[in-house]
Amino acid sequence: MNAGRDTYLWLAQRISAMILGIFVLAHLITILYVMRDNLSAADILSRTQGNVALMLFYGLFVLAVSVHAPIGLRAVLAEWFGLAGKAVDWSLLVLALMLAAWGFRAVWGVFVA
Amino acid sequence: MTSTSDKLTVRVWRGAADGEFRAYDVPRLPSQTVLDVVTHIQRAIDPNLSYRFACRVGMCGSCAMSVNGVARWTCRTHVDKVVDGNGELELGPLRNLPVIKDLVCDMRSFFDKWASARGYFHPTRNRTDDLERISPTSRARKRADAGVECIGCGVCYSSCDVVSWRPDYLGPAALNRAWTLINDVRDGGRAERIAAVAGDSGCHACHTHISCTERCPKGISPTASIAGLKRATALAALKGEL
Ligand code: SF4
Ligand code: SF4
Ligand code: FES
Repeated sequence: MNAGRDTYLWLAQRISAMILGIFVLAHLITILYVMRDNLSAADILSRTQGNVALMLFYGLFVLAVSVHAPIGLRAVLAEWFGLAGKAVDWSLLVLALMLAAWGFRAVWGVFVA
Repeated sequence: MTSTSDKLTVRVWRGAADGEFRAYDVPRLPSQTVLDVVTHIQRAIDPNLSYRFACRVGMCGSCAMSVNGVARWTCRTHVDKVVDGNGELELGPLRNLPVIKDLVCDMRSFFDKWASARGYFHPTRNRTDDLERISPTSRARKRADAGVECIGCGVCYSSCDVVSWRPDYLGPAALNRAWTLINDVRDGGRAERIAAVAGDSGCHACHTHISCTERCPKGISPTASIAGLKRATALAALKGEL
């Protein structure tokens, strides 16, 4: 056990959870609100492209997901399947980077004109 | 108190990890405790039955067993409270501990974890020093008081799923003890204790399921103590002390 590392992971998990709690709600409310008028994909893109505030919102969202999901998975793997250790931690780090890469790519995709 | 029927059917675990439940008929008596039932079986039916008890009044913490699947002090549990509609009762050893025989568990891992959590006092004074003056209303003392009455019965430990999932998890009792000591101003072992209780086999493994708090016969909330440890360890980590 590595007390310092585990404690930082726990903190990161809690902070990312708080961010996600608020952001998921904002995300869902926005979708429901926006879709009342049956916007087309082009309508949506015209609103997201060049919208820095939206890019920052979803950028932080992606970051929180990339931090939160692998740490949660780490606990699930340890507790349900008895899988823990260096190999698991490195694999989860790769997963975190992949989640971040996919997410940022999507955020960038709807931002650039 | 009056009994509803004159006979109880009690299924008792016999054996160690491998074993089986064996059924016994026990006369039902008013104000009968589960410990009375076990004692009757051993004295009148099957002298080979092994179980532990000492005080019979909820002070020693040695009589804990699984009663209908729930960890309880058997000496302080009335049959009336736990018997099911058919007059049946199922008694087994505590969960999460190796079974030695019948209703007796090996408590070593439980107490070894208290030591691993540094659940013992580090004195900072000697007999020639003055006594420390501690206000009973100070915040630290109130926090320590909230958990200090633990008698080490293992009920919480046996009720915690995280202990089943992570065999090296220190568990609610040891962590509760560590929290009372962290709030004891006379204690000098804070830094080592904070390091001992942080991490994947320490307080950060707790899922706040609250089974420990629900089941503790002393009304202690190890969950609250563990939440305190999570705050204290996180603060220590942010200050670079971990
Ligand atoms: S905290 Fe409660 S249940 Fe746990 S060992 Fe102490 S007295 Fe028993
Ligand atoms: S609150 Fe924590 S220690 Fe208590 S039963 Fe739940 S997981 Fe175990
Ligand atoms: S026999 Fe002592 S607590 Fe039950």
